[in-house]
Amino acid sequence: MGVAALLCTLFAPLAGSLALLLINRDQTKAIRVTALAISILTLGASLLLLPEFDQSLSSFQFVIDQQWIPAFDAGFRIGIDGTSLLLVLLTTFIMPIALLSSWSSIHKQEKEYYVLLLLLQFGMTGVFLALDTFLFYVFWELILIPMYFVIGIWGGKDRIYAAIKFFLYTLVGSLLMLIAIIWLGYSTADHVFTADLMKLQAAGPMIPFEVQKWLFLAFALAFCIKVPLFPLHTWLPDAHVQAPTPGSVILAAVLLKMGTYGLIRFNLQLFPQASHYFAAAISVLAVIGIIYGALVAMVQTDIKKLVAYSSVSHLGFVVLGIFSMTTIGVQGAVIQMVNHGLSTGMLFLCVGVMYERRHTREISEYGGVTKVMPRFAVMFAIAMFASVGLPGLNGFVGEYLTLLGAFQSPVLHSWSYAIISASGVIFAAVYLLWMFQRVMFGPITNAENHGLRDLNRSEYWQLVPLVIFIVWIGVAPRTFMNISEASVKALVETVGKVGNGH
Amino acid sequence: MGIDLFGSLPLVVIWLALGGVGIVIQAFVRDNTRLVFGYYISTLIATGVLAALTFGHTGLTFDGMVTMGGSGAFFDILFCVTGILTMLAARPYLQREDSEIDEFYTLLVSAVSGMMLMAHANNLVVLFVGVELMSISFYVMAGFFRKSIRSIEAALKYFLLGAFATGFLVYGMALVYGSTNALDYATITSVVRAGTTPFPMLLAAGVTLMAVGLCFKIAAFPFHQWAPDVYQGSPTVVSAFMSTAGKAAAFSAFIPAFTMLMPVGAGASYVMNMQLALAVIAAVTMLVGNISAVAQSNVKRMLAFSSVAHAGYLLMGIVSGTAAGHQAIVFYLTAYTFMQLGAFVIVSILERENDGHLEFSDYAGLSKTHPVLAFLMAMFMFSLAGIPPFAGFFGKYMLFIAAIDSGFTWLTIIAVVSSVISVYFYLGLVVKMYFSDPVGEGHATNPGTAALTLGVAAAFTVLLGVLPSVLQSMFTAFH
Repeated sequence: MGVAALLCTLFAPLAGSLALLLINRDQTKAIRVTALAISILTLGASLLLLPEFDQSLSSFQFVIDQQWIPAFDAGFRIGIDGTSLLLVLLTTFIMPIALLSSWSSIHKQEKEYYVLLLLLQFGMTGVFLALDTFLFYVFWELILIPMYFVIGIWGGKDRIYAAIKFFLYTLVGSLLMLIAIIWLGYSTADHVFTADLMKLQAAGPMIPFEVQKWLFLAFALAFCIKVPLFPLHTWLPDAHVQAPTPGSVILAAVLLKMGTYGLIRFNLQLFPQASHYFAAAISVLAVIGIIYGALVAMVQTDIKKLVAYSSVSHLGFVVLGIFSMTTIGVQGAVIQMVNHGLSTGMLFLCVGVMYERRHTREISEYGGVTKVMPRFAVMFAIAMFASVGLPGLNGFVGEYLTLLGAFQSPVLHSWSYAIISASGVIFAAVYLLWMFQRVMFGPITNAENHGLRDLNRSEYWQLVPLVIFIVWIGVAPRTFMNISEASVKALVETVGKVGNGH
Repeated sequence: MGIDLFGSLPLVVIWLALGGVGIVIQAFVRDNTRLVFGYYISTLIATGVLAALTFGHTGLTFDGMVTMGGSGAFFDILFCVTGILTMLAARPYLQREDSEIDEFYTLLVSAVSGMMLMAHANNLVVLFVGVELMSISFYVMAGFFRKSIRSIEAALKYFLLGAFATGFLVYGMALVYGSTNALDYATITSVVRAGTTPFPMLLAAGVTLMAVGLCFKIAAFPFHQWAPDVYQGSPTVVSAFMSTAGKAAAFSAFIPAFTMLMPVGAGASYVMNMQLALAVIAAVTMLVGNISAVAQSNVKRMLAFSSVAHAGYLLMGIVSGTAAGHQAIVFYLTAYTFMQLGAFVIVSILERENDGHLEFSDYAGLSKTHPVLAFLMAMFMFSLAGIPPFAGFFGKYMLFIAAIDSGFTWLTIIAVVSSVISVYFYLGLVVKMYFSDPVGEGHATNPGTAALTLGVAAAFTVLLGVLPSVLQSMFTAFH
């Protein structure tokens, strides 16, 4: 039952994207509805995983292990643990919202668009499920092609530059990761090449420290580009700003999480000694990212760019939590990944709502929008406060836990990480509240803003589900944290045990 | 020894069909391109089928001069399939360019027979005959548009430089013969392994000269200069054929020759140097090929430089010197053949009046005027760039594994860097096709039988990427 649901979660989007090819391109309504129906079906399948999933187990569940390429011991190996379950649910939850928001923001070549978006979902789900380095790499790269086209065809003015930059940046990192995957494959005890993550997890801590360092760096580069960690973040503002609204939502909500997920699944788990060695260095970059992202966000005049830079800042907390290597910190990082997906996804949707009405994202073009769009103002405010980290909403939980983790961390040996990062929360309040004030409050200075329509039904359907979860996680985070607790605990224990020995 | 009739069938059949019946047909039935086309297609199909049947029947024939079955038979199939696909694409192309003469098909099949001889060679002289048979057919095919200056230039350039390279090859063979007193692969192997040659310097010089000759044939740096001009000037389908089957043939000769001359871990002192030299050549070839391709505005020329770069990737397998490396080469060659052939054939379909419609800018908005062609072209580009899930990615994966396992991690890193560079121009074409708007009205195209070529090439580009074990399972018969 669980296995069936897992296969359905993975393959329904692929089947759907192939099914869309059969529909005549003129029937845009049918295409839209089919795509949305498939994504809702996938969401349903992924929800079936929840009752079947045993939260007390730290191991992978619903494992499928099928041989694929015997010559290199690469297999179709998938399975799920608490961490990946949360991220898969995030993916299946965000996709219907992104597809629904596409109805109003995508108007050309719709058939290709929905085909690519479902293909993208297939790739993202695969990344979170793969228990085989080769399969993981294939899914990881598979995402590049649809995202490249989504930015390049349906994006803004400088879309071509942004699309190529996105593609090349990711590829540089991932090809070095490919070399590391091959090198790692030979690092098993019996020196027989394998791509099986289970075997590699057993072999990982035995790899000599000198080799581990290089492997860690190659993997970390690929993942940190994706996160993006300062100073590898420069592709992100371009990609975010140029991508169409649903593209930005998916990019922020899910694609960036692939990087942080990779850090947990591969770097921490496979190279514990090297993780200890590099923890401080990466944490410094994370802290710089938190402050730098916040400062740059503060001076943006474009709302979308502001939200994009806020991602750099927020993801810094996630990375800091991961490399605190404490249960609390990693748990905080995992929940913060979900939080960032929800709140930043929602912020991008709100920016999209305004852009569709005014076709501008300049802060100075707005002002006093609350007067004409009071309902939208409430939604936007919730997203904004969630992102700021207001207690009672989701962002607070994640940031608090990651900071606590960094504070207690046995590897960072210093309070300064947590203290400096905490100022990032204050900066976040500054740039988000200031932006909100300039856009939403005050008198309406621009005549064009007088006639703005408030939210329509479709927009409610996109925003309200997000609000529910933003509040839910804020008030009762345990519901979600219980899911990942066992696997995170086990991970931190193994890393702690092995890591001290180097 | 003697002759094993069954195992020799593929070679015998193609020679009889070509030299016996083919000449008679052309002597008596004039200007019947349809008949000749059909006849040679059937010849290639028959040869390919026979090669498939003899696949498991390994051994030596023709008094030990020629191998049977195994990798030779695999290459036979690859050459025949490439030949058939090229002929299918060539017919509508040549008709459109008003130059369909039946000798074209004869030359193509004669090139295939030369390639097969190269893949089966177990003797230096046989290898030489094969190389010449293929090259001379290529020289003529390159100049097939005899009214086009570019085509004539291509042929002349190819001929002059090619003759020079053949000189290197034969001189190298002579030195190897002089130092080992043998032309036969098995004897040379035993002498090289034992290190019993009285003239080690002579042997090293001979191996180097042979490497130069073969590097010319695969268009590796610094012997790659001919490739862009020749591939750009030749009729597009000929470029497609030369850059795929021709390269495959050169590698099919390279692998056994260098297994023999460069036994990794054997006594001869030059082996390590040779391995390192080839590694450097591979590295520079990829970089030069890809960096030069970035600067091109002509699609044919871009594909020519990219074929240079792919020779660099393939050399990684030779450098590794292991069975895994050689299997990786065979896999990559197969994958490369389909994607490169597919790309060239699309160019040939869109091309107008020999030299027209070949610029990047002519491909603007192709996704709107010719959605199917644009889609296939994008697929071939992604595959050439080595993006999963296409065949090109898995081929690279195999080559990387082989190189890393033999300790050439630095070479792999260079391969990765040059792959990233290559993405820039492969994607450049995709950008033009998908992200730009068409300039003016797109012209009508009629792919004719070339559609079949594209279908097969596309199918294999996907199939070999998703289910590579289909091909890999055949490799067990090689060694």
